[in-house]
Amino acid sequence: MRVSMDIELKDAPGQLLLALNPISELKGNLKSIVHHHEERTPRSTIPVQLVFEVEPENLDLIISRLEENGIGVARVDEKRFMEHGAVILIGHIVHTDIQDTIDTIDKTGFAEVVDICLSMPHIDKRSSASLKIDAVGRKELHEAMAVLKEVAEKKDLLVIEPIEAEVA
Amino acid sequence: MHKGDISMRKVRASIIGFGSVGRGVAEVILQKDDELKSLGIDLDVVAIADSRGAEINTEGIDLNASLARKSETGTVAIEDLTGEYVIRNVDHDLVIETTPTDIETGGTGLVNMLAAFENGRDVVTSNKGPLTLKYQELMKAASEADCKFMFEATVGGAMPIINLVKGTLAGNEIMSIEGILNGTCNYILTRMMEEKASYEQMLAESKELGIAETDPTYDVEGIDAACKLVILSNSIFGQNATFQDVEVTGITKITPESLALAYDEGYVIKLIGEVRKDRLRVSPRLVPASHPLAVGGTLNVASVRTDLAGTVTVAGRGAGSIETASAILGDVISIYRE
Repeated sequence: MRVSMDIELKDAPGQLLLALNPISELKGNLKSIVHHHEERTPRSTIPVQLVFEVEPENLDLIISRLEENGIGVARVDEKRFMEHGAVILIGHIVHTDIQDTIDTIDKTGFAEVVDICLSMPHIDKRSSASLKIDAVGRKELHEAMAVLKEVAEKKDLLVIEPIEAEVA
Repeated sequence: MHKGDISMRKVRASIIGFGSVGRGVAEVILQKDDELKSLGIDLDVVAIADSRGAEINTEGIDLNASLARKSETGTVAIEDLTGEYVIRNVDHDLVIETTPTDIETGGTGLVNMLAAFENGRDVVTSNKGPLTLKYQELMKAASEADCKFMFEATVGGAMPIINLVKGTLAGNEIMSIEGILNGTCNYILTRMMEEKASYEQMLAESKELGIAETDPTYDVEGIDAACKLVILSNSIFGQNATFQDVEVTGITKITPESLALAYDEGYVIKLIGEVRKDRLRVSPRLVPASHPLAVGGTLNVASVRTDLAGTVTVAGRGAGSIETASAILGDVISIYRE
């Protein structure tokens, strides 16, 4: 997931390194650093804004190591879901337990159904639904699609996925 | 103009199969005689065969007369001879094989192609069946006999794909090819979206317009597209794939509601064939409405993903008598031009 974080450094040599080491040690991928060297907080510390990507389970550890190093963590803003996917289902979607279908995605822990739009033209006819799925990353979105296809096959639902090709 | 600089090459050809594609080939050869000569190719058709017999003239057949006889009597036949007999016994260089596709056994097409190679004749074909079933066997027979074997017309009709990848994009590593390889399915899906109509209604319309066949199974169940993927996989990725290796889902379950829901999200639904080294798949897919693959009507389209050239996309008419003949003519010229 992508994390944006405001930290506060003491005005002393080596402080930035103390702040960045825990992130790299826990396999965080740094995206940007804004170091406001001329500014001061009311506490006379230097404000720094970081953006990095990291596995969700490592975030708490990063924060506690930063604090151990004497770095103030003023704000943490995490954006859990980086990837958004759309998919269409066709079949007896409601009668094959739509809640269960959604749950199989939500239960993965790395992806969630965030929107569903359902069209049921006639009681005996096949329904159609468009689902939006958010996932932690690209790999996880693919996995969520695979999970969905597996459950759809059992319920005789047709899954229509997006093409692989990137927009040229 | 004196053309002494161009050495003229005499090419004697047979047209085996005189349905819509075979007749298109005859018309195109008549129409393009001067162009062929300017490329140094003096093409004579010395035999034509259809399912009821053959016409042979070693001096060169009058194609206008053959076309007229076919449309009047339903056959080109003058003698009661099979295509295979013609291939084995009439002295010529090139067999243009345009018999109907049989994907169960390869049918007469397979027999004809193997007979051509046995007798040292080059083959240009539009017939998918034999290539889908016996690709490696055919390639081996052609190379052992030192014969040329070209089949651009089997995939995508007039849309260039095999020669594009093997010729123009030579040297590139091909990662994948994705595209719409069946015009009938594209037409039905396009019309379902436009008219908010059911699959059954638009299938009926397609039949009426002659876009879908009376038995549309091959097209709408994705079998035709799957055969084309097999040919692409074998010819471009050097695989030994057969129809059984393709995951196939057709378009018969697509609802007008699903097309509308997809459109609300910025997508169209297309029957997409996808070839990569480890996967062959035909299935309905969501294509962003602004993506180059989102072409409508009966068009075919293919995106080739490469390491050097990036993604190259081509679109064109995937079927039709003259369009398919265009692909055949291109193959003939590339074999015999100096």
